[in-house]
Amino acid sequence: MATEKVTAANFNDVVLKSTTPVLVDFWAEWCGPCRAVAPILEEISNEYAGKIKIVKLNTDEEGSVAMKYGISSIPTMNLFVGGEVVKSIVGARPKPAIVRELSEYIG
Amino acid sequence: MSVDYSKVHEVVIVGSGPAGYTAAIYTARAQLNPVIYEGSVTTGGALMNTTEVENFPGFEDGIMGPDLMDQMRKQALRFGAELVTDDITSMKLDGEIKELTDGMGNTIRAKSVILAMGSAYKELGLENEKRLSGRGVSWCATCDGFFFREQLIAVAGGGDSAMEEANFLTKFATKVVIIHRREELRASKIMAERAKKNPKIEFMFNTQIVDVLGEDKMSGLKLKNTKTGEESVKDFTGLFVAIGHLPRSELVKGQVVTNNDGYVEVEGRSTKTNIKGVFACGDLVDHTYRQAITAAGSGCQAALDAERFLAGH
Repeated sequence: MATEKVTAANFNDVVLKSTTPVLVDFWAEWCGPCRAVAPILEEISNEYAGKIKIVKLNTDEEGSVAMKYGISSIPTMNLFVGGEVVKSIVGARPKPAIVRELSEYIG
Repeated sequence: MSVDYSKVHEVVIVGSGPAGYTAAIYTARAQLNPVIYEGSVTTGGALMNTTEVENFPGFEDGIMGPDLMDQMRKQALRFGAELVTDDITSMKLDGEIKELTDGMGNTIRAKSVILAMGSAYKELGLENEKRLSGRGVSWCATCDGFFFREQLIAVAGGGDSAMEEANFLTKFATKVVIIHRREELRASKIMAERAKKNPKIEFMFNTQIVDVLGEDKMSGLKLKNTKTGEESVKDFTGLFVAIGHLPRSELVKGQVVTNNDGYVEVEGRSTKTNIKGVFACGDLVDHTYRQAITAAGSGCQAALDAERFLAGH
């Protein structure tokens, strides 16, 4: 499953109420490392479809959500389980490193 | 990706900054069909996190770092370099045939290897710096400056990168304080002057950061005056660390000779390492100049050295 876009308006339904773990990628257009990590997140989203949902939140357009979660570096990838942040990955990482971080939730 | 893992390649290039791409352009033009491992998240190298590059010759009005890298990349592609967006995770460099393993677990073999892995940000080495990274502590002003609007920010460092970060951050911050351990800046005159003239920038010299404070978010810094030893606490909600770089030589340590700081040692003015057929260029080697143009220049040298090595084989 490809990643989908999430906004302040549907954050509650798509992320907080989700029954599967959701990784939210806080990103912006101008951020090089965000662009670098984007295809990796697409791959993980496809490979682990059903186990994890990966969504992208544009911090430029949806500043209020970014602020609520105290985002001050991008990319930041927060993993939500049952509406709570259980893990926060800051900065672009190679695919094996991200998969390793998520392993207990996608195993 | 269509890399042929069954054959022995002429040359594999590891790294994709100005050094790696220039080596790719030259070796591709020399018909050596280079395979270049760009790195999975480090494609384009350090310049990907910069803004305007004003000193790369040929661009009268300057060029954005990411655009410059994109053009180098396309230029390498045009001449047939094979680009792989993956990391090399291990290398076996001794012997006639070098073996390199990538992040997917594939092993590629080559007669020669050009090392151009560049450098990574140096950290202050404080426990709380790691804990609060992404919560006030940052290494990339162009990525994160936006989140520090109307805030009081500290920049650690005294070189060109620190000046550039500080200048950039004044677009967002109320005030930026450059904290430097020494009495004088290391930065070039033009960069230092620009920072000194910026009304939003202040300086704290002879000052060492001894701790980053804050629970969930950074709230301040514990500082120490390097002359008097006096300690103080100052409120800051952001810290941008620009204290320099460390060469990314972990993968080749113990195989190629490195100096005390981890930079790869090369023979005289060449790019030859102690291992035959292995060449090194860019920030991985250069602790003195560290410019886009010097990295590109040494990438060219590495390509020519590799070409000569292969011709003599």
